[in-house]
Amino acid sequence: MQLTSRLLVAAAKIISGYTVRWKHVMPDTCQRIYFANHTSHLDALVLWAGLPAHLREITRPVAAKDYWEKGWIRRHVASAFNALLIDRREVKVHQSPVDLMIREMDDKYSLIIFPEGSRNAKEEMNKFKSGLYYLAKKRPDLELVPVYLDNMNRILPRGEVLPVPLLSNITIGAPIWLEQGESKQQFLGRARQSIIRLRDDEE
Amino acid sequence: MLFDTLHPLIGGFLEDSSKLILPFEKRTAWLIAAVMILLIIGSLVGKLLERSSEERLNSAIVRSFNQRIRSWWLMCAILIAGLVIGRTGTVVLFGMIGFWALREFITMTPTRRGDHRALFWVLVIFTPLQFFLVGLNDERQMFKVLLPIIAALFVPMRIALANDEKRFLERSAKILIGILICVYALSFAPALLYLQIVDSTGRLWNADSTLSANKGLLFFFVLITQLNDVMQFGWGKLIGRNLIADRINTSRTSEGVIAAAASSALLGALFCWVTPFLFWQAAIIAVVISLTGFAGGLTMSAIKRDRGVKDFGTLLQGHAGILDRIDSLCFAAPVFYLLTEFFFTS
Repeated sequence: MQLTSRLLVAAAKIISGYTVRWKHVMPDTCQRIYFANHTSHLDALVLWAGLPAHLREITRPVAAKDYWEKGWIRRHVASAFNALLIDRREVKVHQSPVDLMIREMDDKYSLIIFPEGSRNAKEEMNKFKSGLYYLAKKRPDLELVPVYLDNMNRILPRGEVLPVPLLSNITIGAPIWLEQGESKQQFLGRARQSIIRLRDDEE
Repeated sequence: MLFDTLHPLIGGFLEDSSKLILPFEKRTAWLIAAVMILLIIGSLVGKLLERSSEERLNSAIVRSFNQRIRSWWLMCAILIAGLVIGRTGTVVLFGMIGFWALREFITMTPTRRGDHRALFWVLVIFTPLQFFLVGLNDERQMFKVLLPIIAALFVPMRIALANDEKRFLERSAKILIGILICVYALSFAPALLYLQIVDSTGRLWNADSTLSANKGLLFFFVLITQLNDVMQFGWGKLIGRNLIADRINTSRTSEGVIAAAASSALLGALFCWVTPFLFWQAAIIAVVISLTGFAGGLTMSAIKRDRGVKDFGTLLQGHAGILDRIDSLCFAAPVFYLLTEFFFTS
């Protein structure tokens, strides 16, 4: 397992040539939700690989069960980067994804999530799904850290199998929290805006 | 069959590594020693300037000077490492540099979704194949035709297959210019190692150690291009008056280019002992290197201006900006190679 993880990190680095920038935030072992824009299957792997090794051990990307459980290789990869697989099709009443995430996080793990839900082929980000809001509401102690992944859609766009090894950027920004009396819409809009701001700062 | 094809690669590697103790002959070793001393002096000067920069000197220039020295140390280390490993090792190293440069080039060039497969071919297949052919050193010299003919026809075809006609010509041109400069032109530098060179009297140059001798020539070439870069900048700052193309580049002046060409001629003559050239031949070739190096810098400036950036390094923050360092090298390499091949091989 150790070996596969290391190979994965090396492969992610070679394929996506990422540089990581921590802006107004430092790497920390406190419990966090990293939320990022989603354009490529590589997103979860690259963002996870971009974290320092000691954070990688306690950070779990949330990924789609239907994609990552298909075939032996994907399953093996998913378990190597300790992915938390969520079934997108069958959301049960007693087993909502948010409850599952909170249970799996315990008091140790951080998560990587993509609140747009599915990969986005357009220029602008999609509206955020409400999961992030409920996570923030049920666990107000979590730091919600916005991440902007740049260029991933050119490295492995939707519908392609082979990646083109270009260069990419991972920009990690200052955490946000759910404000007192903030509505779901307001909060999700603000969260989305925090990623857009990271993108605009970069340009 | 396979063995026959691979033999020149493996054979070259083994022969070279058997001489690991002193993998290059004396002249090359002397040249490397001279460069090391220059770099040490440069680093010390940089440290001194850094300390006194607050009061007197423009700290931006000092910083760029120190950055340059640092990247030269790296380049020098890479080059020496490559020379120690052998011919094949040098080709692999240049291959990685070319790959990285093309990566930077394509990353800063907007492409469309329909270019994906063409880009995959270019980065993952054509680029390694080009350097493989350089190392293969076959009689027909396939490396000279692979990219300008095969790839140049293949790329537009692959884009057409993707069924997206928007700005088709522009997209094909961008990708082709990228491989032409970053990969094809650059690959002529390690190809120097495979030339059977004769000196001006028609005798085989370094008949006893042809394998290692060309390393000195490659080192000479890289050294002159890099020194010429800094001299063009330095002379331009000191005596430059007339900008050559002010909309493209604000530091290249005609005075700087002429003075740098003259100084390069001097340096070329000074280092002629590592080359098969007589001192006046070395001087002329150094002038050619200087002018083609200038052409490379200017052309890449135009591309960067078109994209609205100052250098590739700032666009890809945190990335090394390899393309900024090798632009002159890319343009000078094919010309230097062809001149050497034309006049100094039998």
